Amino acid sequence: MTAAVISASSPLALRLRDALAVTVLGGLLALPFIGLVTVEEGGALTVRTRWGAWGATLAALFFGRLLLRAALDAWRSRRPARKRAVFSSGDAVLRRAAGTSLLAAALLLPVFFADNRYVIDTATTLGIYVMLGWGLNVVVGLAGLLDLGYVAFYAVGAYTYALLSTQFGWSFWEALPAAGALAALFGILLGYPVLRLRGDYLAIVTLGFGEIIRIVLLNWTSFSGGPNGIGGIPRPSFFGLAFARSAEGRTFHEFFGLEFSPMHRFIFLYYLIVVLALLTHALISRLRVLPTGRAWEALREDEIACKALGLNTTTVKLSAFATGAMLAGFAGVFFAARQGFISPESFTFSESATILAIVVLGGMGSQLGVVLAAAVLVVLPELGRQFADYRMLVFGAAMVTIMAVKPTGLLARREPTVRLNPERSAAP
Amino acid sequence: MLELQRVSAHYGPIQALVEVDLVVRAGEIVTLIGANGAGKSTLMTTLFGTPRASSGRILLEGEDITALPPHRIARRGIALVPEGRRVFAKMSVYENLLLGATPLEGAHVEENLQRVFSLFPVLETRRTQRAGTLSGGEQQMLAIGRALMSEPRLLLLDEPSLGLAPLVIRTIFRTIVALNREHGLTILLVEQNARQALKIAHRGYVLQNGRIVLEGSGAALLADPQVRAAYLDAVS
Ligand SMILES: Nc1ncnc2c1ncn2[C@@H]1O[C@H](COP(=O)(O)OP(=O)(O)OP(=O)(O)O)[C@@H](O)[C@H]1O
Ligand SMILES: [Mg+2]
Repeated sequence: MTAAVISASSPLALRLRDALAVTVLGGLLALPFIGLVTVEEGGALTVRTRWGAWGATLAALFFGRLLLRAALDAWRSRRPARKRAVFSSGDAVLRRAAGTSLLAAALLLPVFFADNRYVIDTATTLGIYVMLGWGLNVVVGLAGLLDLGYVAFYAVGAYTYALLSTQFGWSFWEALPAAGALAALFGILLGYPVLRLRGDYLAIVTLGFGEIIRIVLLNWTSFSGGPNGIGGIPRPSFFGLAFARSAEGRTFHEFFGLEFSPMHRFIFLYYLIVVLALLTHALISRLRVLPTGRAWEALREDEIACKALGLNTTTVKLSAFATGAMLAGFAGVFFAARQGFISPESFTFSESATILAIVVLGGMGSQLGVVLAAAVLVVLPELGRQFADYRMLVFGAAMVTIMAVKPTGLLARREPTVRLNPERSAAP
Repeated sequence: MLELQRVSAHYGPIQALVEVDLVVRAGEIVTLIGANGAGKSTLMTTLFGTPRASSGRILLEGEDITALPPHRIARRGIALVPEGRRVFAKMSVYENLLLGATPLEGAHVEENLQRVFSLFPVLETRRTQRAGTLSGGEQQMLAIGRALMSEPRLLLLDEPSLGLAPLVIRTIFRTIVALNREHGLTILLVEQNARQALKIAHRGYVLQNGRIVLEGSGAALLADPQVRAAYLDAVS
């Protein structure tokens, strides 16, 4: 390929860029799933790398995407009206392509790793962080309110489910809305006193709030079990079918005539978080184009102008806090149900910091950016296991590098939420 | 239409407005001039309840709005174009305009949008552009357009000519006159650009250290020796 061929505006350059983007995204995702494999060695599980398989995946992604793009364009060029929009709105197209391939990869993952618990578990953890990242993104990325105590709402959700299920026998699906509502209420309770604070002051108060919740949970032993936490939290069932070798009612494998496998539950949990995350995404995308979401962003941009335009900044802030908190509450319920055991240890400040890092690294306000950043922050430490002691060092270095190279985050460009006329506005 | 009765306002211990009496009648352009720090912007924002008047009464069409929260005041047919434009920089022109329609809760958005676009055609061609990348003049037009999206009867303009080239200033002033004459909008205008602002005004007020020291018709103020000395001398 000579440089002359790849001029900035040629379709070829765009296609190569598009294919490259898909390869990078896919490669990042494939790294833990394909590049790493666990093998049993003398009774212990160890992680092996499979660079060959990973390389092949990259190549397949790159050329597959090129072919797919070419095929799609050839098909589209038969409809001349659409042809121009495809390349001129390159960014939006890229984004959509990336989003679609991520979704496809997420849905297909268990098909390829049905018996690899490590991969499914890591991916489930990733799902939780994506959901938390999206939730915090509402508060920090969209509304511009720096919240350092976000993990508090995650804890509220987790403890709500843990207590409701172990004390009152509530099921996962019954507790989910209740926990979301309670977390939202806590969001409003926190939001109310800090309405007039901004920036550093807000950050300090929210930091304190996060610690208060954790310390209460740690010390109110009769209520939360204190440092011992709460165990024996029931696992979610598949529409009433339990994931167990045998149970009182019918079990999942009996109903579907499968042989019992513990992997069924892990895969179910994985799909559950994928569904929850997708619902989160749908909710936020919807809110963003409604006046509520637009008001969040306006608040981030200029609070004084908001007041002059008749926006009720109080309700705008509270709705952002409540929405973010509710989503953390949902994630907390899932976390408790997945672990079966929770204790205040899981809700320390470093969790808040990680989630905030995901939002900042992703490029404040970008949904796709959050996914990428979560992948980096969840997968990187996993890879770092080989380096054991240097793990945090590698992690830190990677963060610093990213912020040095892309100080506004991985994907900082904001997509407008409305277009008067998509066809015309897409044209140059 | 608008009446301030002995309105005072404070920022903590600092008194920014001292018993201001001011009237704007329906259909008028009223210009408010004064030196830097005289309290002109404070007067505008006090109408919106930030800061709240510490004493006195503010009446809008006969109704007392002194104690209303800002978002309620905006729903009463009054819109403010704040000093320094304050457009939402990262959002598109279109989104900025939609945000201006907030007080109407989604009513008449299309009509008002068309009205704004016919007033400022440049905004229509830039409607998907991020507001922060517009030129200063375009941003001012956007700020005015955004305020008009709420169908105000009374428009408050705080230094719309700030930092603009003479040619653009002329366009803005022409638009202000057109809004008043053709669309029947009542306007309260704060300006450093005293000569032009008084020329288009029916009446004017001079604010000094938070007090109204002079009032009269636009022409009378233009001819007043005190005003000439303090606000018009530089450009004679
Ligand atoms: N948020 C604030 N907090 C404290 N003091 C303030 C605040 N805003 C304005 N002031 C003070 O109130 C007084 C009036 O300010 P204001 O902005 O109303 O003046 P202005 O006439 O609009 O001036 P300019 O022509 O420079 O815009 C000034 O002394 C200013 O320092
Ligand atoms: Mg001012």
